Amino acid sequence: MERSRIVFSGSGGQGVITAAIILAKAAAIFEGKNAIQSQSYGAAARGGATRTDIVIADSEINFPKVLQPNILVSLTQESYNKFSPIIRPGGLLLVDSKYVTIGKKVDAKHKVLPMFDTVLKEIGKPIVFNICMLGALIGITKLIKPESILKVLETTIPKDFMEMNKKALEMGIKMGKKS
Amino acid sequence: MKNNNIRFIQGNEACVEGAIYAGIDFFAGYPITPSTEILEHLAARLPQKGGKFIQMEDEIASMGAIIGASLTGKKVMTATSGPGFSLKQEALGYACMAEIPCVIANVQRGGPSTGNPTHVSQGDVNQARWGTHGDHSIIALTASNHQDVFKITVDAFNMAETYRTPVVLLLDETIGHMREKLVIPEPGELPVVERLRTSVKGGVDYHPYLPRDDGRLPMSDFGGEHRYNVTGLFHDMWGFPNNNPNVVGGLLRHLVDKIENNVNDICMYKEYWLDDAEYILISYGSSARSAIHLAKNRRARGIKIGVLELQTLWPFPTEMIREKCAGAKAVIVVEMNMGQVVTQVKNAVDNPNSVFLANKISGELISPEDIKSLLRMIQGKGV
Repeated sequence: MERSRIVFSGSGGQGVITAAIILAKAAAIFEGKNAIQSQSYGAAARGGATRTDIVIADSEINFPKVLQPNILVSLTQESYNKFSPIIRPGGLLLVDSKYVTIGKKVDAKHKVLPMFDTVLKEIGKPIVFNICMLGALIGITKLIKPESILKVLETTIPKDFMEMNKKALEMGIKMGKKS
Repeated sequence: MKNNNIRFIQGNEACVEGAIYAGIDFFAGYPITPSTEILEHLAARLPQKGGKFIQMEDEIASMGAIIGASLTGKKVMTATSGPGFSLKQEALGYACMAEIPCVIANVQRGGPSTGNPTHVSQGDVNQARWGTHGDHSIIALTASNHQDVFKITVDAFNMAETYRTPVVLLLDETIGHMREKLVIPEPGELPVVERLRTSVKGGVDYHPYLPRDDGRLPMSDFGGEHRYNVTGLFHDMWGFPNNNPNVVGGLLRHLVDKIENNVNDICMYKEYWLDDAEYILISYGSSARSAIHLAKNRRARGIKIGVLELQTLWPFPTEMIREKCAGAKAVIVVEMNMGQVVTQVKNAVDNPNSVFLANKISGELISPEDIKSLLRMIQGKGV
């Protein structure tokens, strides 16, 4: 892996920032990579388009922000509209089919997956939407191993929620691999 | 390396871990973006090790509280950002005058006034130096990554104790908020300076403000064995107010000399590819990350460029900068303000006309591209 520059976007409360921290932490602590996560603060944290940047690399990371993501995840129409123009040509765009309708296509691999609907149907609780998204992302990209994400989850979430998160992650991976 | 020593945390938390490692006993503060995580995490961490945390009614009171606690023998810290740092300046001067060890973290955001709370800036460099009135000297440290934030926080506590002075930690929003890996050193790996206490017995005349031969002043925990006076007025060796010209001149000289005479011990920096550098980027804090990024990238294209990253901003390392920059065609200072360190660098080098400023003041982190544009202009290549 050379260097992955990733932007997760959505709206406040969808868990995109939590997902970004989990991904970067898994890469940094359990896969021996360098990783940096940062996020936009202020009004975006209370609705509006939330954005969080993640850089993962084998080599040292100096500049911590993402100017042109090679992976963009958008979980709302507003965030898709706002950030899809900055995607690096030839990159990957992952969006949720319930929340986002693709407009003018950009030069990127488009993946439109029913992540939210599947989580609601199979688990019934939208709180693991973000974990399903992480699953889909690593299902498509093989960015990091699922076990590394599970290890982070084990140390950060209450035991009773583990099963639900594991299921959401597996559903996402399956969806991502199939797409 | 044990796995539980590795964290993936914000820069503000790295600062907290550094403070814990250095032996912090007491924190008083008032929350303000982007420094709040320092306060939040110390609220959790300090009681675990028997320390005390208090959220005060404002920044002024917080500064007063840490000064009082320090006098009683505790290692102390407060944390704030621009507007709060302004409020602390009066008491900060008191700590300079009364020679009270304390650490003040200022996680910089855009200013003046309430400014741009959630965005990055490096606009408080001069305020750290001259924010409080009157002649004095001060120590201000900064860092560009979490491992270094941890280390300079330990250094800040050590220097506060060694020189009996306030030490300012000038972090910034980008470093404070971003998350990256921190490996917490084992106990003993980094030196920790403990409070130097007087050996004078109770009931014997104790001179709290009579420096030893090495310039250090052993302290006595206030409220303990010795009764003595502490004041912001010029004072004699017992701490009592005194405006005798010899006392006044001598004390002011002591306050400045104890820091300026030790500039080589206090001066910390990192250098990257300086040996043959024709172009030198001087930077600090988060903007140094962009400078290093660009230099690495240009080196790969054969340009002889290097980076001098300052970790001590005050006292300013004038001599070191003159030496390092002697052979450079051009020096570019990379900072996120209207030119605070660049002025110092122009004063330091032999040829001030070869010093340029690459800055960004919009609240965004200066990017390698921003620096590259200026570099190309200097090289005569056009943008």
